[in-house]
Amino acid sequence: MKERLVQLEVLRYNPDTDTEAHFQRYEVMCQEEWVVLDALNKIKADIDPTLNYRWSCHMAVCGSCGMMINGEPKLSCHAFLRSYEGVIRVEPLAHFPVERDLVTAPDDFMEKLKRVKPYVITKQKKPIEEGEYKQTPAQLMKFRQYSMCINCMLCYAACPEYGLTPHFVGPAALTLAHRYNLDSRDEGRKERMEVVATKEGVWECTFVGACSEVCPAHVDPASALQQLKIVGSIDWIVEHLLPGGKP
Amino acid sequence: MSRRPLVREVPPTTWFFRHPRYMRYMAREVTSLFIGAYCLLLVVAMQRLSAGPVAWQGFLDALRGPGAIIFHLLAMAAAFYHAGTWFNATQKAMPLQIGEEFVNGSYISGAHYLVWAVLSVAVLFFAGVF
Amino acid sequence: MAKSNKPVVWFPFAAGGTVIAFCMPVIVVLGFLAALGHVPPGLSYENLHAFAAHGLGKLVLLGVIALSLWSSAHRVRCTCYDFGLRADTLIATVLYIAAIVGSMATALFLFRI
Repeated sequence: MKERLVQLEVLRYNPDTDTEAHFQRYEVMCQEEWVVLDALNKIKADIDPTLNYRWSCHMAVCGSCGMMINGEPKLSCHAFLRSYEGVIRVEPLAHFPVERDLVTAPDDFMEKLKRVKPYVITKQKKPIEEGEYKQTPAQLMKFRQYSMCINCMLCYAACPEYGLTPHFVGPAALTLAHRYNLDSRDEGRKERMEVVATKEGVWECTFVGACSEVCPAHVDPASALQQLKIVGSIDWIVEHLLPGGKP
Repeated sequence: MSRRPLVREVPPTTWFFRHPRYMRYMAREVTSLFIGAYCLLLVVAMQRLSAGPVAWQGFLDALRGPGAIIFHLLAMAAAFYHAGTWFNATQKAMPLQIGEEFVNGSYISGAHYLVWAVLSVAVLFFAGVF
Repeated sequence: MAKSNKPVVWFPFAAGGTVIAFCMPVIVVLGFLAALGHVPPGLSYENLHAFAAHGLGKLVLLGVIALSLWSSAHRVRCTCYDFGLRADTLIATVLYIAAIVGSMATALFLFRI
């Protein structure tokens, strides 16, 4: 197996002793087919056990190992060393506060995720005897793509509008709102639009499109948000300009 | 152990230098300055047109010259860049589901490009360019 | 937080963006030919005046100019914010008023033809 000496420049921050973050350089022998996460694991095991970062599945499913790798939001388990030359710069996800080293505080995203009610809402619960909620393949396809989100927050790290105006509900949460709005079993659209169609909601989006470019699950949040703008605009017209439309 | 997360501010005037995709986005947004300026020129053109043949000829004469050519080249680049980015975006904003499957997005954008080409050629034809 | 009234500005922005995409390139090309000194026959006083004198022609000219103005004004507003100018309310007010005044002036000029 081929080995290669890899240089990484990793952002370090210790909340107990540091007032600022700084970069630390590591040199580590890596296998040719490794990903950045493997290199970090090797550093932690052999060189510096104080290095902190999050990871779990190592297969781009859990969404916990998101980092900035050479300025690009990436899952570090999905960033192959062979696609990088020279020193690889590893930083915590942009736009989120740094808890320690590469670990960020996701509190803001968690709060926003909760706010959009990302679950099927029904007005009346169907008794179990009446059977399952049926859905045709066409109805499933309507939202399937948007249900692939793994909450990795790469889209938030990519979205400059979220960085500039942190109150923006943001790509992933809004996309999940759209996903449930599109679900044929759901009756919660009205509740969700109370969050989606506010100033902090979809209207902060200026369609940079960065969210879709970095999404490791090919969810395409940018498309969901543009569709939400159209939905929100039609809602507004119905509510304000059509007779009897006022809610 | 205390919790003292480090907040990193985004530089509000220089953030778009951080990544080429942000530069592409800003290029798209900046087209609006040139297109907006061209719209104002069109308003002036309508005023001149309504003021009679002499005024209109004066407007056409004033339109000539290197300054106007450079302005038109900039506006043209902006208009074409806007058109490209806009048509590419249509497939995101207006996906089309037929039966189970969604129509390939490139067909939606492609249809827009086609209509655009036909319309543009028709306008050039009726304006007597060829 | 209440629902936003942003659709009032966004809907015409989207409509105008579509109009710009379809119409502005060819309009600028016609203007460019005139700037080069090869005024297309369609831009002669007689032809353009006849076009603007027709009701449908008026509607097309006003629609294209007004929607394009609004769309540009809205996008310039967003661009200002992205460049770090945070006086959004002031910038938005000035730009939207300019777009409305420009459209009303266009309507007036066309009405006179």
